[in-house]
Amino acid sequence: MSNPQLIMYDEEFKQINVVLEKLLREANAKVIFLVDKNGQLITGCGETERFDTTSLASLTAGNIAATGGLAKLIGEKEFSILFHEGEKDNLHISIVAGRVILVVLFDTRSSLGLVRLRVKKASEELTSIFTKLLEKSEEKEKSGDSEFPFAEITDDDIDNLFS
Amino acid sequence: MSFINYASREINCKIVYYGPGLCGKTTNLQYVYQKTAADAKGKMISLATETERTLFFDFLPLALGEIRGFKTRFHLYTVPGQVFYDASRKLILKGVDGVVFVADSQEERMDANIESVENLRINLIEQGYDLDKIPYVVQYNKRDLPNVVSVDELRRELNPTGVPEFEACATTGEGVFETLKAIAKLILFDLKKGK
Repeated sequence: MSNPQLIMYDEEFKQINVVLEKLLREANAKVIFLVDKNGQLITGCGETERFDTTSLASLTAGNIAATGGLAKLIGEKEFSILFHEGEKDNLHISIVAGRVILVVLFDTRSSLGLVRLRVKKASEELTSIFTKLLEKSEEKEKSGDSEFPFAEITDDDIDNLFS
Repeated sequence: MSFINYASREINCKIVYYGPGLCGKTTNLQYVYQKTAADAKGKMISLATETERTLFFDFLPLALGEIRGFKTRFHLYTVPGQVFYDASRKLILKGVDGVVFVADSQEERMDANIESVENLRINLIEQGYDLDKIPYVVQYNKRDLPNVVSVDELRRELNPTGVPEFEACATTGEGVFETLKAIAKLILFDLKKGK
């Protein structure tokens, strides 16, 4: 498969959140999200409760997928940075480690230059965390130590979801 | 692919509704949206044209509850059915965990159904998936209309491998949840098997 399943563990989840919190402060941003390329929200920090984070994640991934399609049409691998300018709020969207999307929402208290600069630094840190994360889940899979929560799942469990 | 988060104890899965133009993919999602409790669903997003034809996708997040202490979320997507939106359809199949093929039972749409299944198979291959190996169910929609093809014939043309199939009328909701439940079940059992 093109993209192996993304599995997040406590340790890396905490490390990622530390990087995002730092980026939030240093870039003077309002909200930061990290989204899987498939449209699933990984984590966020800042004023997240003000936004419909699930929709935001899905549309961001759709946006990246669509611009990625455009890139291929003109012979580019991908457009790794997207910037959307609004009247008050702006979105800076970038691809990290080839598979996750970093979304930074900021207003006039910050600037595109500052955000770009800080995102670049944070991306390097996130890339190393995600590289480790992928290695870790591969290792666990190989050793059969996946402690998968659904191993004992039954028909009834699923029926209950729809009751 | 599904996203398993051990830190927040969540599992997210992506289901894509595929099928020819005007077969009722969006209507399936709208019915699920209407009938789901407010606390179990997010906002439904439709990226559609002014004439309400799907332009890019519809999206409906469902958080149905917990299994074994893990919050289980399903993200439902539709593709634009019209033939010329093929580039967009490919993008939406990225990271899919399960596919629902919605067939239009009307006689005059039979060719469109066949073409769409073929298109699904090809587009999945491009993303590295095999239709015969991923969780997949078929829905024969619009059974309430007068000019429908028999289920036997639909099965012969569209479901030769005998995956779970459902008769439906998405406007009244008949068969909609049965279809969704079947694909959810296949996905979760597939996850279990894969481990």
